[in-house]
Amino acid sequence: MEFVVCIKQVPDTTEVKIDPVTNTLIRQGVPSIVNPFDKNALEAALQLKEKHGGKVTVISMGPPQAKDALKECLAMGADAAVLISDRAFGGADTLATSYTLAAAIQKLGQFDVILCGKQAIDGDTAQVGPEIAEHLGVVQVTYAAKIDIDGDKIRVEREHEDGYEVIEVKAPVLITTVKSINEPRYPTVRGTMKANRAEIPVLTLQDLAVKEQRLGLKGSPTQVRKIFTPKQRVQGVLIQKDTAREAVAELIQKLAEAKVV
Amino acid sequence: MAVIVTKECIGCGACVSVCPFGAIAMQDGKAVIGDACTACGACVDTCPVGAIVREQEVKEVAMDKTAYKDVWVYIEVAEGKPRNVGLELLGEGRKLADAMGQKLAGVLIGENVEGLAKEAFAAGADKVYLVEGPEYKHYSTDAYTIAVTDLIAAYKPSVILLGATNDGRDLGPRVACRIGTGLTADCTGLGIDEQTGLVAWTRPAFGGNIMATILCPDHRPQMGTVRPKVFKKPEPDYGRTGELIRVASKVKPEDIRSKLVEVIKVCTTSCNLEEAEIIVSGGRGLGKPENFCLVENLADALGGAVGASRAAVDAGWKPALHQVGQTGKTVGPKIYFACGISGAIQHLAGMSSSDIVIAVNKDPDAPIFKVADYGIVGDVCEVLPILTEEFKKIKQAG
Repeated sequence: MEFVVCIKQVPDTTEVKIDPVTNTLIRQGVPSIVNPFDKNALEAALQLKEKHGGKVTVISMGPPQAKDALKECLAMGADAAVLISDRAFGGADTLATSYTLAAAIQKLGQFDVILCGKQAIDGDTAQVGPEIAEHLGVVQVTYAAKIDIDGDKIRVEREHEDGYEVIEVKAPVLITTVKSINEPRYPTVRGTMKANRAEIPVLTLQDLAVKEQRLGLKGSPTQVRKIFTPKQRVQGVLIQKDTAREAVAELIQKLAEAKVV
Repeated sequence: MAVIVTKECIGCGACVSVCPFGAIAMQDGKAVIGDACTACGACVDTCPVGAIVREQEVKEVAMDKTAYKDVWVYIEVAEGKPRNVGLELLGEGRKLADAMGQKLAGVLIGENVEGLAKEAFAAGADKVYLVEGPEYKHYSTDAYTIAVTDLIAAYKPSVILLGATNDGRDLGPRVACRIGTGLTADCTGLGIDEQTGLVAWTRPAFGGNIMATILCPDHRPQMGTVRPKVFKKPEPDYGRTGELIRVASKVKPEDIRSKLVEVIKVCTTSCNLEEAEIIVSGGRGLGKPENFCLVENLADALGGAVGASRAAVDAGWKPALHQVGQTGKTVGPKIYFACGISGAIQHLAGMSSSDIVIAVNKDPDAPIFKVADYGIVGDVCEVLPILTEEFKKIKQAG
């Protein structure tokens, strides 16, 4: 089976801090990482390949430095990695991004299962996966917590508000994964050394069968109008008493005063 | 529309630090905008000499936007009932429709769901578009996408709101992509942009560190998914009626490429964190898995849902469906109890939009107290049973 895993290099948003004076994001020193959910998608692909055979290709759209993220995926065990990079792709929203990635997947040729993380931790949209599926005209299963392949049947446990749905599909399919599906492996030393030597091919505008007006900022129906920092929560009342009973009594009193209860 | 730096740039660098995408760099004493720019305009507002400007671009594809009217709300049905988020959005959609001088319509898709139309009218809808059939008994991406895109093609709405549920976030992008329009994900604020009259969609990004307001100027419908519990469910007015528009289904069995084999219900109210008014979450401070029942007892007494920190889930104390935080669920209840949770930034990203946060932790320096409205410093295993007892008393008295 041919597996394609779409990954994104993201700033580690848990390391992002807000400058208390200017009220803006401090990006300096924030490390770039492979989006954590995408690592779950890659791990799922690697496990399926180990069981059923095939090839795992990792792709990413981004600036040249996204090669580092792709190398980490190679170190984890991916067979091939391709960067999709061009100035024309910059500033894309989810529609233009998914259009570009779908064109790249078509360019790569045959695929059976496309895997994506459920969402990226910087944008949190969860839209690029389903939109790639739509551009390619394939069926999708989102929020996968388990994937089994049995002959031509692909069985997915899909996370839902109240539990799981077991869904059966046939390839070609696009699946997005949640965190609980697996624990992504660490790269081996040998894998890392091999990945560091690897040349990562780059697909640019010239390589893809795309319409330029559907790319990047120009091809994005949504536009960011403004960015602001949300109100930060402030510390409230801290209750420290000798016994738990006294502390609870004080809490209940305070809640009653504030008309919470 | 792109953002460009004019020759007035004095090289002060003020724009570099305000760019949320890290897209601006200084080169030879001038600001240079790179590939990562999304034209958000943060730098335009910051530049002290007005050297960064928006460049208007002539759009190559112009559509007749005047043909698109009305605000639609997709009403998700779960077990024969509308999910609360659909009703919440009808309440908020009513305000948008009134502000735009347009009608509000509910979109109802399912098997035998006609009876739910009256709920939509009671929540403020002027019209309900009804698509029924056995093929809609359970949600499937394929059938529901066809139904919604057919409705859009026939009736041309200006705005569509969907709940940011698992199904809503599965359906929304598929529909938006097929139509070729913009979709803003997981919004926590809606309004009308004064300058343009467009819907202003506001949403958190970067793990909740920043908020972005997004517009969809040149494509219709303007679409967005909206997080449950952000808006209040309107008081139903069953005296209201409206126009019921039945639309024939065009879905053929072979259009549906996925087969639902089984539904595994892991939990009922106790893990529906997205729609819970009260959530009681437990973490590693509970000491051992058996103590999690203390959290469950409190949740039970309050009629709330049970959450868990990543540490508690990773330790196998609770299934992943209960996890609150960046890699779990994002929640915003009226009251959030954090019991024995230290408050790692990843956890805070998932719950900081709660109205009231009450934390219990033995470490007075635990970061959770920084965001808590009320905090008790103490042993969670001692505090929780007393708290449960007290709330039970209040409930009986009330």
